[in-house]
Amino acid sequence: MRNTQATQLIFEMSRIGRRATVLPPLDLPVPAVDQLVPKDHQAEAPLPLPELAEGDVVRHFVNLSTLNMSVDTHFYPLGSCTMKYNPKRNERLCSLPGFSAVHPLQDPATIQGLLQALYELQGMLAEISGLPGVSLQPAAGAHGELTALMVAAAYFRDRGENRTVVLTADSAHGTNPASAAMVGYETRTVKSRSNGLVDVDDLKSKLDGSVAVFMLTNPNTLGLFDSQIREITSLVHEHGGLIYLDGANMNAILGITRPGDFGADLMHYNPHKTFSGPHGGGGPGAGPICVRDFLAKYLPQPIVMKNGDTYHLGTGENESGTNDSIGRVRSFFGNVGVLLRAYCYIRTYGGLGLRRVSEDAVLGANYLLSRVKHILDVPHGDRCMHEFVASASKIKKARGLSAMDLAKRILDYGFHAPTVYFPLVVDEAVMVEPTETESKETLDAFAAALFRITDEAPELVHEAPHSTKISRPDDVTASRRPIVRWTPE
Amino acid sequence: MTGYLFHTDQDRREMLEAIGAASVQEIIDAQVPADVQMKVPLAIADGLDEMSLESLMRSLAAKNASAASHTCFLGGGAYDHFIPAAVDEIASRGEFYTSYTPYQAEVSQGNLQVMFEYETLVTQLTGLAVSNASLYDGGSATVEAVLMSLAATKGRTKVVTTTALHPQYRQTIDTYLESIEADAVVIEATSNGTSESMIAAIDSETACVVVQHPNFFGRYEDVQRIADAAHQAGAIVVQVFDPVSVGLIKRPGDLGVDIAVAEGQSLGNHLCYGGPYLGMMACREDLIRRMPGRIAGQTTDRRGKRCWVLTLQTREQHIRRDKATSNICSNQTLLALRATIHLSLLGPHGLRETAEHCVAKTEYARQQLSRCQRLEIVHTGPVFKEFVVRDRDGDVAELMQTAFNQGILAGVPLASWYPEMSDCFLVAVTEKRSRAEIDRLAEVLSSSLAAV
Ligand SMILES: Cc1ncc(COP(=O)(O)O)c(C=O)c1O
Repeated sequence: MRNTQATQLIFEMSRIGRRATVLPPLDLPVPAVDQLVPKDHQAEAPLPLPELAEGDVVRHFVNLSTLNMSVDTHFYPLGSCTMKYNPKRNERLCSLPGFSAVHPLQDPATIQGLLQALYELQGMLAEISGLPGVSLQPAAGAHGELTALMVAAAYFRDRGENRTVVLTADSAHGTNPASAAMVGYETRTVKSRSNGLVDVDDLKSKLDGSVAVFMLTNPNTLGLFDSQIREITSLVHEHGGLIYLDGANMNAILGITRPGDFGADLMHYNPHKTFSGPHGGGGPGAGPICVRDFLAKYLPQPIVMKNGDTYHLGTGENESGTNDSIGRVRSFFGNVGVLLRAYCYIRTYGGLGLRRVSEDAVLGANYLLSRVKHILDVPHGDRCMHEFVASASKIKKARGLSAMDLAKRILDYGFHAPTVYFPLVVDEAVMVEPTETESKETLDAFAAALFRITDEAPELVHEAPHSTKISRPDDVTASRRPIVRWTPE
Repeated sequence: MTGYLFHTDQDRREMLEAIGAASVQEIIDAQVPADVQMKVPLAIADGLDEMSLESLMRSLAAKNASAASHTCFLGGGAYDHFIPAAVDEIASRGEFYTSYTPYQAEVSQGNLQVMFEYETLVTQLTGLAVSNASLYDGGSATVEAVLMSLAATKGRTKVVTTTALHPQYRQTIDTYLESIEADAVVIEATSNGTSESMIAAIDSETACVVVQHPNFFGRYEDVQRIADAAHQAGAIVVQVFDPVSVGLIKRPGDLGVDIAVAEGQSLGNHLCYGGPYLGMMACREDLIRRMPGRIAGQTTDRRGKRCWVLTLQTREQHIRRDKATSNICSNQTLLALRATIHLSLLGPHGLRETAEHCVAKTEYARQQLSRCQRLEIVHTGPVFKEFVVRDRDGDVAELMQTAFNQGILAGVPLASWYPEMSDCFLVAVTEKRSRAEIDRLAEVLSSSLAAV
């Protein structure tokens, strides 16, 4: 059934003289183009792009699409990524030309409906976070981290405080220390205890006047809500530092608890996770940030503001006429297409419904945990929030099956693999996030498959996957001798 | 209840029983201290069913003008180029749309092959050796190129650019440089171009020069000369290019450029009020290990079959953490897919013709507008698909409003970025604009004269 031609590259399919695009005739009373473009600027040779017919292009990419697992086709319990159902209605509605064909430099007076949606979204994000200042500009979670750390840096500069250190948890996502480094901070790692929560003694030993920000994920990447959160945030505040909340795990706490209420000063959302933006094979996302009132004047601009019945692009909290904003972190307003889908999502659930989302995410994760704990070791207890992290460490010792082996074999059963080898604090980590949009039957089937795998002949599992287009790729050669573009034979 | 939840009451009972909890609240209470739990529901309106959401969103959409309701001559980094139906059709397939970063290569060969094809296409467009799989947008891609240059020329702290670089890209560079040891030196663009003063500013402290070509005003820059001077001083040359322009003009790699970046919105991506867009980046082979972002590479599987993987990951945040080349994680793959499909449909001839139409129609628009008494064409030299127009009456806002009332988005006022051009606006003409639409623009802008 499989179309084998699909794995040819478009460059190999190219035939001189084929074409798909035909433009209307050009008949204008202007000189020929080669007189309009200065000779020394004109290209000397045609571009080496492939030449294809429209039918070639469609069949090629449609066949390629069938080589992917996706949320639309498979259970995708990729921990930390919240691969929930992506509503089709949001696609239809956000594709309306009244949104999708709006030029970024149009006068705000001509886009009042769009600005209304974005303004309301700002308000909803502030309400859900408990933090009143909102910027929709960052393009992804990591970009939000970076932007918020710039906000923090501007705040400390303003206060004349020279703070040079950002603390990150040892269970933190790699983007946390990477973002801190881009803002010029030295990063130091705070350990977690064996129960997976922040080691408060270690935190105390690292806290001094040089610490600008402690970046915290809560619930953390082990899926655990840190019950010491009040103590942690107070300690950091007592030392004059700020708390950053990595909001990647907001799907666990919507309407249950708010970062602003538990002591966070700045945070980002990942609307592509929590608010169902389709992940697009790697992106786009968005990374709106929320901050406390005293930090709002440093946010990137513009921010949508309302004056009477009209919306305009404003410059934040600033009454004195001076501008304290850190400036822009990208061109144009933000990843509006993703933000509008988040708006549709939040409007669909409403305040009470959002709480139900998180409750069901917690229910699903705990249910799956209750089944998986009989199959794999789950080092951090039998309760979690929206995800949990199992370890293949014991089964690796006993039967030689690594987290990678399990991940590869589960593909044969028609499930996308969990996240593996993250967070780094768990040996042979298998990080499972089922989300609220998976049925009990699916969760049962996944657990049953995992159970069977742990009983299978190790050689069979080592060679997995068996049912996919390709077997395990040679990553080592790929990075030793990188081939990163097609070249003619 | 509205939404997309699965569990029946029976499911919930059975699940809780298996967990050994009386309620979800009990599970939450065991972890989340009572004093931080919300006591009241979120103050967000009740949920909407699909029909109600549809009417809400349609009513909001109806309040916006757009390039669909008006004739669009707006540019400044985002353009109303034509998007073939096949781009939307293919890219909306759930297998592309609802998958994520290809961590499991065996079930992501579709996305990985697209990334490899995209990267190859970008090297073909730029004449440079390697490309990454995408960055957020043109502005942040430009900053990433600057950061790469600073890292590659360790110790140097000067970034030379000009006022003819997109003002929002410059603002983005300024924001990022605020926190690190580096400064941007901005050269005033003059009517004679900028290469002389740019070259004069390059010295042994210079990490890179950033030149947009064609520049923000649509004009051609002398990239080759700037590149020669920069290389002599040991600096890196970053060009912000227009991916449509290279259908016709020399590519960054042909001009001696080391890192090329672009806004890829023009390649099959919707305007969408500024995002999501596509940050493109290509560079010289020897800079590859300093590149930010995902890179797909070719390899073989255990049976010797050709396949694709994410490669050179030791550059990235999930491995290298604070030593990573960038913090980027989620990127703009879907937009890169759209660009890949779009370029496959255009081919070399389609892209060339698109560029030719832009140049010819822009020239025609310049001619027509130059006949309007109230207007002056600011630069008379050659331009690509944009040009600056001065309103002799100095009332750009009134002119734009008049045009808007006649169904035309006529141009981007330059006042907020260029005080000396407070009476000017930027007009962009893509292949989509017909002769009749351009005539009408000229007619409407001239008739505005009569109203004065
Ligand atoms: C815990 C955590 N933090 C931050 C990020 C970065 O978010 P993004 O990929 O949107 O940049 C992720 C994404 O994978 C994450 O899981």
